[in-house]
Amino acid sequence: MSEQEISPEQLELERRGIFLTTVEGLYNWGRRSSMWPMMFGLACCAIEMIATGAPRFDLARFGSELFRASPRQADVMIVAGTVTKKMAPLVVRLYNQMPEPRYVVAMGACAISGGPFREGYAVVRGVDRYIPVDVYIPGCPPRPESLLHGWMTLQRLIDHQRLKDVPWYGKDGNTRERPIPLYGAHDLELPEER
Amino acid sequence: MTDAEWIALRDRMARALPAGAFEEGPADGVIHVQPRSLLYVGRYLLETEGFDYLSNVTGVDWLAEGEFEVVYHLYAMRRGARIARGEDPGGPLGPLVLKVRVPRERPVVPSVTSLWPSALWQEREVYDLMGIRFEGHPDLRRIYLWDEYEDHPLRKDYAPKED
Amino acid sequence: MNRETAVHVPMEVEELETEPITLNIGPQHPSTHGVFRMKVQLQGETIVALEPILGYLHRCQEKLAEGHTYLQSIPYTDRLDYICSMTNNHAYVLAVEKLAGIEVPRRAECIRVIMDELTRLLNHALAVGFLLNDMGAWLTPVQYGLREREKILDLFEMASGSRMMCNYMRFGGVAHDLPEGFMPLLRKVVAEFPGFIDEYERFLTTNEILLSRCKYVGILPPDRAIAYGVTGPVLRASGVPYDVRKVDRYSLYGEIDFDVPIGTVGDVYDRYLVRIYEMRQSVRILEQAIRMLEETPPGDIQSKVPRSLKPPIGEAYGRIESPKGELGFYLVSDGSEKPYRWRVRAPSFVNLTPLEEMCRGHKVADIVLILGSIDITMAEVDR
Repeated sequence: MSEQEISPEQLELERRGIFLTTVEGLYNWGRRSSMWPMMFGLACCAIEMIATGAPRFDLARFGSELFRASPRQADVMIVAGTVTKKMAPLVVRLYNQMPEPRYVVAMGACAISGGPFREGYAVVRGVDRYIPVDVYIPGCPPRPESLLHGWMTLQRLIDHQRLKDVPWYGKDGNTRERPIPLYGAHDLELPEER
Repeated sequence: MTDAEWIALRDRMARALPAGAFEEGPADGVIHVQPRSLLYVGRYLLETEGFDYLSNVTGVDWLAEGEFEVVYHLYAMRRGARIARGEDPGGPLGPLVLKVRVPRERPVVPSVTSLWPSALWQEREVYDLMGIRFEGHPDLRRIYLWDEYEDHPLRKDYAPKED
Repeated sequence: MNRETAVHVPMEVEELETEPITLNIGPQHPSTHGVFRMKVQLQGETIVALEPILGYLHRCQEKLAEGHTYLQSIPYTDRLDYICSMTNNHAYVLAVEKLAGIEVPRRAECIRVIMDELTRLLNHALAVGFLLNDMGAWLTPVQYGLREREKILDLFEMASGSRMMCNYMRFGGVAHDLPEGFMPLLRKVVAEFPGFIDEYERFLTTNEILLSRCKYVGILPPDRAIAYGVTGPVLRASGVPYDVRKVDRYSLYGEIDFDVPIGTVGDVYDRYLVRIYEMRQSVRILEQAIRMLEETPPGDIQSKVPRSLKPPIGEAYGRIESPKGELGFYLVSDGSEKPYRWRVRAPSFVNLTPLEEMCRGHKVADIVLILGSIDITMAEVDR
């Protein structure tokens, strides 16, 4: 549950076996305890992501052992690895296909800013140029413990989301679709630049 | 290759191939070939000398000299496989380095995919990143960058746009 | 089930009415070992043509290396085949040592052989695990492989400071000497590894499902393998015992006694078996290398090399037997501290060339199996 202050009356009720919470708290608790990541390992960080799912570090105890292949069934997209210009339109398309509520974790230096390959002619300098990122995990590659710390940070972020503030909930819930970049003659181009 | 093997190979090639088909490089084991005699010399090396394994195809951009160079590294795999069986290989194992130079204004080199299919993708890579065309390649397209891309990034005069 | 019935049935026997269809597999796909895309033309479920599309992980390493010094490029070699970082380092430093004429002390050579063979164990354990993942044994064999990999990664972390991107080899030797607890842990890992291989074999080698799915699938005849320039376990499974360790005798492999396992048919099952037997041979090499290290008197682990290395004008091609095949570096030097041309001959890239030929005539479900048996790493294919 989220780190809210428990009043003495609430404590007394809990001692007698009655638990009180808010709808929001329950909703957030349900979401953060079973986040299903999408398999989006691009490069070296993917191996550390797989190692985090391995028995030694065990992502399953956070409810996330089920890596979904299809974006339609996933909650979190862990962008693990370098995003190249050839891959960028597909990253955005996959992000658009994920249903809300969805989160993006940029794992590793390459996903955050281009990393050691920043000066490459075919490397996108950070996936947040095209999709919004919620948690950044630095490292090259980040150790599995770092990924778990990032995971817990994402869980705390979800705990503090208020239902009245989130964009996808409510009467006019709109999804945040991102424009898909196109292949240009010398570089990627966003549709409005053409 | 040992010195003796290289000298013997060079002499055999000088006897079997027409004059001017190849030139020795400055270092041992290096042969310079004109583009028009590449396939002829390659076929001799493959069928008669037994260099059946093309390990590496690379392009080098000599901007100061105004030339592109394509470098091929050849090894003898069937002879090399005899070593693990405990037998004597019976000939040079390689590496034999084949080099072809073409002018930068017209970078066209015959393709060796008919002799060594391992050059299929490696020549596509050289075309993609350096812009050297390979005549006779069954499928010469870009391999790493998307088809609409117009530059050849590994050239020395490539200037990326500021980002 | 009788093992002889596990034979591939040719297409003409089928009498179903089928339609042609074009299927796109990847680049985001759980079984393509990275961002690899294939456009497959099918007739029903049988493959007629397959077009691989690469480049989704093209990180411009060759261009970047022209802007770095030779020493600054060593961490970039780690990121080529990210599962086997030690062997990538080794191939690169071998090429530079050939270019600049640098000698390596014996103690460093022993350490290099130990690190190379540990990497081979790690890679083959994972390769077999992921092959089974592609077959549908969802992640259980991978967990076994990852468990053993963690033990070896502990050793790498002790020696180099990092689990994966070790950046451990230097021109003329290795970066740091082996720390205190390394040798006892290494001996323990080497003593326990044959038991792990036995456990793997007990579950897998005579497994009905593995046999019926892998036998006679993805056959690559030996003369086609040589023509396509295929190296590594794929070549040896086709029956050609070409191993760069035996041919070039680089490092200390000339003094070490080991066998080169080969297959007979060249199908997916042979490639699996070759990897299992290579793991056993690696354990054998490790035992000899440990003895050689103990017999070498303690000394330098790196010869004296200037920090800013300026090799003489010339070129060199250095190659080693990496777990995936022949990994080579072609370097051209113009006398300055940055290379003029820095080229990686990646085994996964060349091994992938006969993919269409191996897949034609098989069913869709066999594609991922054949791809898994080649054992590719996209960072090496795309560089």
